Amino acid sequence: MELLSGADMLIRSLQDEGIEYIYGYPGGAALHIYDALFRQDKVKHILVRHEQAAVHMADGYARATGKPGTVLVTSGPGATNTITGIATAFMDSIPMVVLCGQVASTLIGEDAFQETDMIGVSRPVVKHNLSVRHPEEIPEVVAKAYYIAATGRPGPVVVDIPKDMTTPNERYEYLYPKKVKLRSYNPAIRGHAGQIKKAVDMMVAAKRPVIYAGGGVVLGKASKQLADLAHLLGCPVTNTLMGIGGFPASDKQHIGWLGMHGTYESNMVMHHSDLILCVGARFDDRVTNATEKFCPGARIVHIDIDPASISKTINADVPIVGPVDAVLKEMIGLVKESAEKPDAEALAAWWKQIEEWRAFHGMRYETSDTHIKPQEVVEAVWRLTGGDAYVTSDVGQHQMFAAQYYKFDKPNRWINSGGLGTMGFGLPAAMGVKLNFPDDEVVCFTGEGSIQMNIQELSTCKQYNLPVKIVNLNNQALGMVKQWQDMNYESRHSQSYMGSLPDFVKLAEAYGHVGIRIDKKEDLEPKLKEAFAMKDKLVFLDIYVDPYEHVYPMQVARGSMKDMWLSKTERV
Amino acid sequence: MRRIISVLLENEPGALSRVVGLFSQRNYNIETLTVAPTEDETLSRLTVTTTGSDRVIEQITKQLNKLIEVVKLVDLTEGAHIERELMLVKLKATGSQRAEIKRTVDIFRGQIVDVTSTVYTVQLAGNSEKLDAFIQSVGTSGVLEVVRTGVSGIARGEKVLSL
Repeated sequence: MELLSGADMLIRSLQDEGIEYIYGYPGGAALHIYDALFRQDKVKHILVRHEQAAVHMADGYARATGKPGTVLVTSGPGATNTITGIATAFMDSIPMVVLCGQVASTLIGEDAFQETDMIGVSRPVVKHNLSVRHPEEIPEVVAKAYYIAATGRPGPVVVDIPKDMTTPNERYEYLYPKKVKLRSYNPAIRGHAGQIKKAVDMMVAAKRPVIYAGGGVVLGKASKQLADLAHLLGCPVTNTLMGIGGFPASDKQHIGWLGMHGTYESNMVMHHSDLILCVGARFDDRVTNATEKFCPGARIVHIDIDPASISKTINADVPIVGPVDAVLKEMIGLVKESAEKPDAEALAAWWKQIEEWRAFHGMRYETSDTHIKPQEVVEAVWRLTGGDAYVTSDVGQHQMFAAQYYKFDKPNRWINSGGLGTMGFGLPAAMGVKLNFPDDEVVCFTGEGSIQMNIQELSTCKQYNLPVKIVNLNNQALGMVKQWQDMNYESRHSQSYMGSLPDFVKLAEAYGHVGIRIDKKEDLEPKLKEAFAMKDKLVFLDIYVDPYEHVYPMQVARGSMKDMWLSKTERV
Repeated sequence: MRRIISVLLENEPGALSRVVGLFSQRNYNIETLTVAPTEDETLSRLTVTTTGSDRVIEQITKQLNKLIEVVKLVDLTEGAHIERELMLVKLKATGSQRAEIKRTVDIFRGQIVDVTSTVYTVQLAGNSEKLDAFIQSVGTSGVLEVVRTGVSGIARGEKVLSL
C-alpha cells in the first residue's frame, strides 16, 4: 500500500472524491496542505480575495450542479471568515465541505496564534463537523464529510485539520473508503407506502388542490416527477423562492411563486385551497405570513426528506418523510392506477377562479417615461439571454425583481440566498457557476449595497477569466430597507442611503474589466445588447433605476396569505 | 408538560456540546441533564428533562435525531418508566436539630453519609418531587449546600433502549 503524508492524503482524497475545483485562501496552518496541492494538478485551486467569497463560490457551484462544493482555508481568521458563507449554505441546504486548517493539536487550547475553536464556532450553522485526530483518519474523515454533506437533507460540513496532522515527513498507508456507513445516520430512501396512498386519495378527491413546491424539488432533482404529477392532477403549481425553476414558469399550470413578494394569484390560490401538497418546502415565515391565519380551509400533505421540517410551523395532516423524487414517482404510479380520477368539473371551476385572479393582477408594474424601472431591466435581460442564463442574485429589492421578472424554465438556474439573505452572495456565486459552465451565460443581479460587500472578487474574476455579467440595479439606496421604512416608519430613511458611491465604471476598469453606465431609458436595450455581445469580458452594468420603486405584491404583516399590498395605494 | 428524553449518543468529543447547543439555539428548556458512558464504550447515555408543548417536544426529538451523533432516543414519559435522581445535602445540625434531621432522613429513606459536630451530609435518591419534598421538610434555613445529579430514567418492563 502507498504511504502518504496527511497533507498528500487530503489532496488525494479530494481526487478520489472526484473534486475538480476547490476555492480557498492559504495561511500558516494550511501550508502543508497547500504544498501538497502544488505538487499535483488534478485538483485545481481558485484563490479568492476573501474567504467568504470562497464559500459562496463553492455554494454557487453546488446550486448549479447539485454536487458538493469544496473550500480550503487556514485556521483562525481564515476559518471565521467562512462562517457567513457556511450559514448561507446551511439555511438553503446546500451540500458543501469546508476544510479548515487548525493550529497543531499540541497547541489547541493555549490561545495560539490564529487559533479559533472552529468546531465550536461553526456548530450551529453546519449539518455536521469533524476534526482530524490522527493523520491516518484523513481519507475516512473526508469520505464521511462528503457523504454527510450530499445525502439526506444536504448541508455544509466543516473538517478541522490541525497542522500536525499534515506534517510532510510522517507517512501513513492511504486507502480511500469505497463506501461510508454511519450507524447513527440513515436518511430515508423512500416514503411510507400507506401515507403516500392516503395522500394520493386526498389529492384526487380535492376540489381546489395546489402544489406548493420548494427548494427540495431542485435539490432532490425531482422537477420531471413534479411536472408529471402536476399534469396528471391538473392542479396549479406554485414555487417558493428557493424552488424557482423546479417547475417551468412557462407551463400553463404555473401560477408564479408565493409568499411575501409572491404573485397575487398564488397567494390567493393557497389561501382558498382545500388541499396543499407541499413538496420539499418548509412553511417558512416568508411564505406563510401569520401561521394562525394560514390557509384555513386546506388539508396539508407534506413531503420532506427532513422529518424536522414537517409540522414545525404548520401542522401536516399527512406527513411523508422521504426523498421527493422517489415519493413523487410512487404518487404518479398510484394516480395512474387509481379508479378515481381528478374531479374535472371542480378543477374547471377552480381554474376559472384562478384565471380571474391572474387577470385581476398578474405581475405588473407602472412604467415611466423618465426613469428606468428595475423590473424592465430584468425583463430585458431575460429576453436577451433567451431565458436560459444562470442567474445569481444578491439580497434586497433587486433579488425580488429578478425572481419575479426573470422566468425560469429549468431548475438550478436561479441562485440566491433565500434563507439567510446574505448580501455579498451574488458575485462570488456567479463566479462559481461560470467557472464550471464557461459556455453558459451567467448573470448576477445586484444592487450598489450588496455588490460592495464582496466587490474585491472582481480581482479573482480577472485572474481566472470569469466573464460574468453584473447587472447593478443602482437605486442609490438600500432599497428594501428604504421600502420598509417607507411603509412602516413614515419614510424616516434611517441609514438606508449611502453617500459617496464609487464610480462603478472606473472601478470595473481598474480591475481590468468593462464598465457600462446606463441612466437613460432609451439606452437600456442597446447597451445591454452591447454588454451581452462581449462574451469573453466581464461587464459591470451600472444601471440607474427609479429610486422610489417598491416591490409588490407584498403581504401585509401579520395577515393571512391573501392580505397583500398590490401597489403603494392598493391593498387587498 | 415535563418530559424525560433518553438519548444514546456516540461517545465522541464534542457530541455533548451539540446536544446542549441545540437546546439553546432553538430556545428549548433544559431542566436537568445527565450524561455518562454505557456498558458499550462507544456510546454515552444522556438523559434530559425538558418542558414544552407537544409541538415543541416533537421538534426537540426530531432535531435531536437529526444530530449525526445521536444514535437513538426515546421519550420515556410516553410510557411507564422509572426515574431517579441522587441528591447530597449539607445540613446545619446542632443540638435538638440533630435528632429531628435524623428522623426526617429515615422517613425519606436517605442516609447520613458524613458527620461533623455541626453538620450532617445527607444522601437521598428518588424522583425529583421526593427530593424537593425533603428540602421542604427540613426547611431551607438549615440547608447549607445542595447538589443534585439530575434525572436518570429507564422504561419499565421489557422495553430497552439499545442498538
